[in-house]
Amino acid sequence: MQASIELNRTPAVHYLLRIGDTCLVLAQRLGEWCGHAPVLEEDIAMANIALDLVGQARAVLTHAGQLEGAGRAHDEDQLAYLRDERDYFNLTLVELPRGDFAFAVLRNTMVATLLKLLWQRLAASSDAEVAAIAGKALKEARYHQQHSADWVVRLGDGTDESRRRTEKALKQLWLYVPELFDSDDVEAQASASGLGPAWSELREPWLAEMQQVLDAAGLAMPKEAAFRSTGKHGVHSEHMGYILAEMQHLQRSFPGGVW
Amino acid sequence: MSTEVKQEWPLWEVFVRSKAGLDHKHCGSLHAADPKMAIQMARDVYTRRQEGSSIWVVRSDQIVASDPGDKDMFFDPAEDKVYRHPTFYALPKSVDHM
Repeated sequence: MQASIELNRTPAVHYLLRIGDTCLVLAQRLGEWCGHAPVLEEDIAMANIALDLVGQARAVLTHAGQLEGAGRAHDEDQLAYLRDERDYFNLTLVELPRGDFAFAVLRNTMVATLLKLLWQRLAASSDAEVAAIAGKALKEARYHQQHSADWVVRLGDGTDESRRRTEKALKQLWLYVPELFDSDDVEAQASASGLGPAWSELREPWLAEMQQVLDAAGLAMPKEAAFRSTGKHGVHSEHMGYILAEMQHLQRSFPGGVW
Repeated sequence: MSTEVKQEWPLWEVFVRSKAGLDHKHCGSLHAADPKMAIQMARDVYTRRQEGSSIWVVRSDQIVASDPGDKDMFFDPAEDKVYRHPTFYALPKSVDHM
């Protein structure tokens, strides 16, 4: 079996992997909807979003691998498929199991809103490659946010059952919100170097945009949880190992396999 | 909140303009619950490979169509009226695209 790579975890690499891994893992979760969405049209829409996220992850992982430095660099495939769980830095939110449709569209809205705000700031990154990736990704994230938020409004303001399910999803997902804006030294250094913002700076605009969506859906924003998830630091929920096993087993069993 | 839940979404016809200056062409249909969703679904289903720069959707039940049974009566009489084609006029050179 293919062994794991040794990641050169500099603060800049860590910062970029938080973004790239969040895109990568959410894409994997969304891929689970393929063939299972409520209608054919939405099935294609979900797959489109997943593929956009894979594209963003590829660009960010490729760049992060280069920043690991001469002699220590890794390519996008090595980073995506050959890291150990502790070397993934995605938000815990995106690794939670697929859930029902209400859960999926609400999570998509929350993540797309965050990524949109993040790409907006990253478009002015001191790293020209990051700025270029952000310029392209921003357009995609805007659509992901609109498409998903429209669904949250329809379901929240829909039937008794759709409302009940959306409220339940909101309660479950809101537990993982503090982690989004829990900034640390990695983000402080990114902010100082101009690579990108500390995510804590995105908290106010994120809450304001989510408030608009929830108001339109007739849903009350839950109180902030005391619980702190820690995916951004590499310490994940019990679901992460399973999703990595599924993502990695092919590359681990057939190293370098392509098709 | 409505008490009656419809099980089927209405059908919409989709028209896509491939680039500015060209006309919107009918490219298919899809199901959607409301106009906004119909536009988004059309974007996701019919413009994934750069086919579009503009989309129209219209509820299929809003389209009034000619009756296939009237085909003979409607269209056959035009068959032998060649004089209706503007090919008997000499156009000035400065008139393009007629």
